[in-house]
Amino acid sequence: MNILKFFTAGSVDDGKSTLIGRLLYDTDSILADQLEAIQNANRKNDDGTVDLAILTDGLRAEREQGITIDVAYKYFQTDQRKFIIADTPGHIQYTRNMVTGASTANLAIILVDARNGVVEQTIRHSYLVSLLGIKHVVLAVNKMDMVDYSETVFNAIEQKYKTLAEELKLQEVTYIPVSALKGDNIVHQSDRMLWYKGDSLLRFLEEVETSMAQQSDKARMPVQWVIRPQTDELHDYRGYAGRVVSGTFKVGDKITVLPSGASSTISKIEFFNQELEEVSSGQSVTIHLSSDVDISRGDTIVNSSALPQESKLIEADLCWMDTKALDTSIIYLLQHNSKVTKCKIAEVIYKVDINTLEKHSADEFKLNDIGRVVLKTADNLPFDFYSDSKANGAAILIDSRTNLTVGATMFRALA
Amino acid sequence: MSKYNFDYLDELEAEAIHILREVAGQFEKPALLFSGGKDSITLVRLAEKAFRPGKFPFPLVHIDTGHNFEETIEYRDRMVARLGERLIVGSVQASIDAGKVVEQKGKNASRNALQTVTLLDTIEQHQFDACIGGARRDEEKARAKERIFSVRDEFGQWDPKRQRPELWNIYNGKIHKGENVRVFPISNWTELDVWNYIRREKIELPSIYFAHEREVITRNGQLMAASSYVNMDEEDVVERKKVRFRTVGDISCTAAIESDAFLIDDIIDEISRSKISERGARMDDKVSEAAMEDRKKGGYF
Repeated sequence: MNILKFFTAGSVDDGKSTLIGRLLYDTDSILADQLEAIQNANRKNDDGTVDLAILTDGLRAEREQGITIDVAYKYFQTDQRKFIIADTPGHIQYTRNMVTGASTANLAIILVDARNGVVEQTIRHSYLVSLLGIKHVVLAVNKMDMVDYSETVFNAIEQKYKTLAEELKLQEVTYIPVSALKGDNIVHQSDRMLWYKGDSLLRFLEEVETSMAQQSDKARMPVQWVIRPQTDELHDYRGYAGRVVSGTFKVGDKITVLPSGASSTISKIEFFNQELEEVSSGQSVTIHLSSDVDISRGDTIVNSSALPQESKLIEADLCWMDTKALDTSIIYLLQHNSKVTKCKIAEVIYKVDINTLEKHSADEFKLNDIGRVVLKTADNLPFDFYSDSKANGAAILIDSRTNLTVGATMFRALA
Repeated sequence: MSKYNFDYLDELEAEAIHILREVAGQFEKPALLFSGGKDSITLVRLAEKAFRPGKFPFPLVHIDTGHNFEETIEYRDRMVARLGERLIVGSVQASIDAGKVVEQKGKNASRNALQTVTLLDTIEQHQFDACIGGARRDEEKARAKERIFSVRDEFGQWDPKRQRPELWNIYNGKIHKGENVRVFPISNWTELDVWNYIRREKIELPSIYFAHEREVITRNGQLMAASSYVNMDEEDVVERKKVRFRTVGDISCTAAIESDAFLIDDIIDEISRSKISERGARMDDKVSEAAMEDRKKGGYF
């Protein structure tokens, strides 16, 4: 069994929280006491049935306003798979929270209201999906019950979205007509849309291939911590602890430590009480080297035959996440895996109007703005492009005055 | 030498180890909050996997309500001896004696809420800048919203409306002096994941998790241990039942469930079929719809 992480995006009234509630409800993932709590709640649907959206709106302010403000994570599993859902807010003022939820997802469900079809928000959400490099998209055409389950309506929306998907270079899009409110094609195949020959949403989520095949096979491990017991019997023990972010390391591999450039050979790979021959992307392990090399937290161990990019000037996409606008005159901190270095925004190349996808020059870069910039870092960064490796191609920016995370950035090119 | 298949438990484990090592790398004085419950016991195993054969880069901290199940304290002391790590105990009784908190009155009095003061005092006294906890997002709807690195202000308060964005696997642990970060490495685990992991790793647990005979009373539809820590009167009927505990907290706020599950396989089977959530047996969550959100804002775990 493996894990599928997905996020949901939709406009305020597209029924996103209802869709998640329905997935949980129809897979028997809601327990009696939780159900009792929502049955007792004041909020009900117009027809008096329980409002499933309450399940995901966890904060008092959200329940009061009936909207989602911050990401809520929900968990359920079937015999096939374990699912982690990031329920993200759709409203433009919470774009940063959507980016947060989307950053760890392998699949996106974008909801549209069958009555309205592709709207401005659909464009914005789809753009974010493409920006964050999420491979699979499900366009869930919701509220089919409100359009008499019409195939014509569904087909027209599918055609319209195909143009957008091409423009945004979305790789794999699956179209599913649903009614979250009535439960059509969410968990169970609907008998009210016999013209639809595809899978229900859940069936699709259970079976979609989530291999990391499109991710880089170049071996990288940022060092998080150096294990040195300094006891009598383990006097010379020195292990480099970290999580492999891409590729595979084997005992005997020639490696290079960056930024120093020192090289060595892997003498041993340990995981708790086991010795491993090799480790791959995703595993947290401890690596030993055959020679004494100066390594500390923030360094990256890479395979010597596949070196990463190294630069202090990087062209990158930037999402701004702070209420205080970007200031090109101040020094920010850039955190890339375990490495933190000083960073300036040397240039704003363009800003994207995320509702129309038009690019234009910009004098200011405010909360929720997205665009292309040139980052200038104090230290050389060993990185890969985001399109090759999400883990080694992304970083956050921190304002050292407030310590807040103010930006999310994805490396695209050498500047 | 072996190569292993990477399944969902391995993925959750690798993520948690990564988070624990980030705490070690980013903070000066971290601590691991240890309650004696299965979630913090799981954290201890993950810490062994993250840092052995080295020492843990943090002590274990137990906020002791004084109203514990004996079995939990025995377990704790045995575990600490086996690990050879440092244990710091913050005592709620000491906070009461010092007049910092006042014991609740009435039938349903519990020391659960008083823990927050002791916790904050312990953090301040030892200048902890990060506290690792075993909370999971599937437990409760306010927890479902919390970040893995969750910043608390000088008063220990969580502000759900001003959480830092948390992107990819990058955790921002930068804080100002006086603030601290609560870190939740098993945020993405469910109750069932924890049990499956405990089974796979053959981790020993306090015996109260398994079915045993115990004297109990029924209070608001829940079974509570008949103990001198629970305020009882003549209306309370003490019965002997076969029970087990699904979560382990203070005696006065943790309800038991009737169960025959004596082996870990039985427990996993029982939870898979259960229709009541784990926190359904916690009196502290029943106060109101926003009970957990309010306690977290006030500095609770």
